[in-house]
Amino acid sequence: MAKNSLAIKNLHASVEGREILKGIDLEVEKGTVHAIMGPNGSGKSTLASTLLGRSGYAATKGDVLADGKSILGMPTDKIARMGVFLSMQSPAEIGGVSFSSFLRVAHAAMTGREKPLGALEFSKLLDAEMEKMGMDKSFASRYVNEGFSGGEKKRAEILQLGLFRPKYAILDETDSGLDVDALKVVAQGINRSKGPHMGVLVITHYNRILKYLKPDFVHILVNGKIVKSGGAKLAEEIEEGGYSKYC
Amino acid sequence: MMIMGIRLKNDSAVADTGKYSIRNPVRFAFETRKGIDENIVKEISAHKNEPEWMLAKRLASLKVYNSKPMPSWGPDLSELDLENIVHFVKAEGERTSDWKELPGYIKNTFDKLGIPEAERNFLAGAGAMYESEVVYKGIKKNLEEQGVIYTDTDSAVQEYPELVKKYFMTRCVPANDNKFAALHGALWSGGSFVYVPAGVKVSMPLQIYFLMNHPAFGQYEHTLIIAEPGSQVQYIEGCSAPLYAKASVHSAVVEIFAKRGSKVRYTSIQNWSKNVYNLNTKRAIVEENALMEWVGGTLGSGVTMLYPCSVLAGRGARAEHMNVAFAGAGQVKDNGAKVIHLAPDTTSSVISKSICKDGGFANYRGLLSIARGCRGAKASVRCDALMLDSKSHSATQPHLDIREKDVVVGHEATAGRISEEQLFYLQSRGISKDDATALIVRGFIEPITKLLPLEYAVEFNRMIELEMEGKGVVG
Repeated sequence: MAKNSLAIKNLHASVEGREILKGIDLEVEKGTVHAIMGPNGSGKSTLASTLLGRSGYAATKGDVLADGKSILGMPTDKIARMGVFLSMQSPAEIGGVSFSSFLRVAHAAMTGREKPLGALEFSKLLDAEMEKMGMDKSFASRYVNEGFSGGEKKRAEILQLGLFRPKYAILDETDSGLDVDALKVVAQGINRSKGPHMGVLVITHYNRILKYLKPDFVHILVNGKIVKSGGAKLAEEIEEGGYSKYC
Repeated sequence: MMIMGIRLKNDSAVADTGKYSIRNPVRFAFETRKGIDENIVKEISAHKNEPEWMLAKRLASLKVYNSKPMPSWGPDLSELDLENIVHFVKAEGERTSDWKELPGYIKNTFDKLGIPEAERNFLAGAGAMYESEVVYKGIKKNLEEQGVIYTDTDSAVQEYPELVKKYFMTRCVPANDNKFAALHGALWSGGSFVYVPAGVKVSMPLQIYFLMNHPAFGQYEHTLIIAEPGSQVQYIEGCSAPLYAKASVHSAVVEIFAKRGSKVRYTSIQNWSKNVYNLNTKRAIVEENALMEWVGGTLGSGVTMLYPCSVLAGRGARAEHMNVAFAGAGQVKDNGAKVIHLAPDTTSSVISKSICKDGGFANYRGLLSIARGCRGAKASVRCDALMLDSKSHSATQPHLDIREKDVVVGHEATAGRISEEQLFYLQSRGISKDDATALIVRGFIEPITKLLPLEYAVEFNRMIELEMEGKGVVG
């Protein structure tokens, strides 16, 4: 198994005793973009949660290796510190904690620093990233995700991608709820961050974000299994024909 | 805690815990025998060389104390044995305005708490009370020149008898208010006396630190703050005590007179050891267009009963009450606020936050009263409880007594646990579960910590974290 990949091997997972993932095999190498597409309820978000070790998502069989090391069963924060980043579909709100103070602590954890950067140094770094994402400076002092619109939340997630530069980015429906302009900003943010050092796994319903991201591989997930894999063309077929022929 | 502060530089958790639990050998110049009776009260008064009128007040209070039953409501106080407690202990040395003159071990204790340093850095005045009496008081010279008085209440009896006679346990907290106020009236000793002349604005806070070192001891400091019309003052007090096997009691009375157009902020951070009964009476009379702010943090202690009260006596008077209480294993926090609207166009807001862990119990007990004729009054009460495990619990008892129709009253209460969703989000950013929990708790109390001076806010968060790690600040 390649050392430079996030490798999912015959992964089975259950939620509340019901098997949702029924044997997933997928290897995301650094420098590649994979997209997983699938109808509602196919197990896309379960896959994201299981990869990050969320409680309530029990991997019952198989393995997940990051750079050759098994991460199954690790606490979520440790998986994150191994370089696996999850951009969430609906990130939690944390009242009373400013976005910048959260990001400063998270930045230290995600980049393997023992201590957070100095407040001033970090604030420069953050300002630059916020500007790239077209976010107003006032976001730094707002509470984490509290009162953020759907689009603002997504921008804030992708901003973190730029800030943390993880090895593997799992983007769970990062395109949902975005208008055309916001979609473009978010997609550009992802494109800026990706590169030979990063493997990207995009989870989505639709082809529209993939037009910007140009995935190397597209996988169709139905009923907890990958039923078809192909190139970017596959996403276009789905856009035209839907998932019905795979269900 | 005053002092909170200051000693933040890279102290390890252990050292940090240590500084609140410094236990000195028990040394004193004078102490009464255990228990409460007329002779002991006379002895305290004689020892302080008090004028006749103060002794008469003490004895009258003692009568009230003897005539009142223990409160029949609230937390269980049956283990509190006031007959087995020493109620007055005078430390060695004389009161001074020079730190260097304090006995070495007392000075060292306050040094470790960072007090002299804090005074230099960000305070208008500082005080330190050790056992029953204030051992140090200092105030910036320019304030003294403007007529600001900041001294201990014992000295005020001697030096400003007319002010004390007028304001001390008269119309704000009379002895017959409750059994512990009466007990306090008989045994009181030490505390702060603050007088701010009309129009004078004190920009930096005045601060005092109360320390109990003696085991099985009662501390009864009396704080009196008089803000004349148009003046402004901020007062901060911190409290701690090392842990002893025998229970101690802390029963303070705080009386605040916020006169027309004045602004007073009273901040109290209490971090007593876990066998201290913390039973206080704190009240402010708020006149026309004056603003009274109560900011509180109650950590430590076994049983706390604390309900600061604002009497909104003049048109347009405002009160804001903000408190954070932390209840860990074996702790009962009975905290709340009382607001009494007696005039039109008065406004009040109460924000109470509690955190419970390891079986701790936090109760919000509040009173909101609006008298007939208080047209245009506005009041809001918000209580949020956060439980960190399933053994802990919280309750809310807001009593409303509204006698006027033309008012706006809001009440909101939430009780909850840290959500899995929040934890997962923070953990997915590489933050450990414990750190994530601490961050969420810090956010939960942020509405209150943001009102503290930075040094206090940082240290208060640190103390909460220590409590959550079960390293409880003191015992």
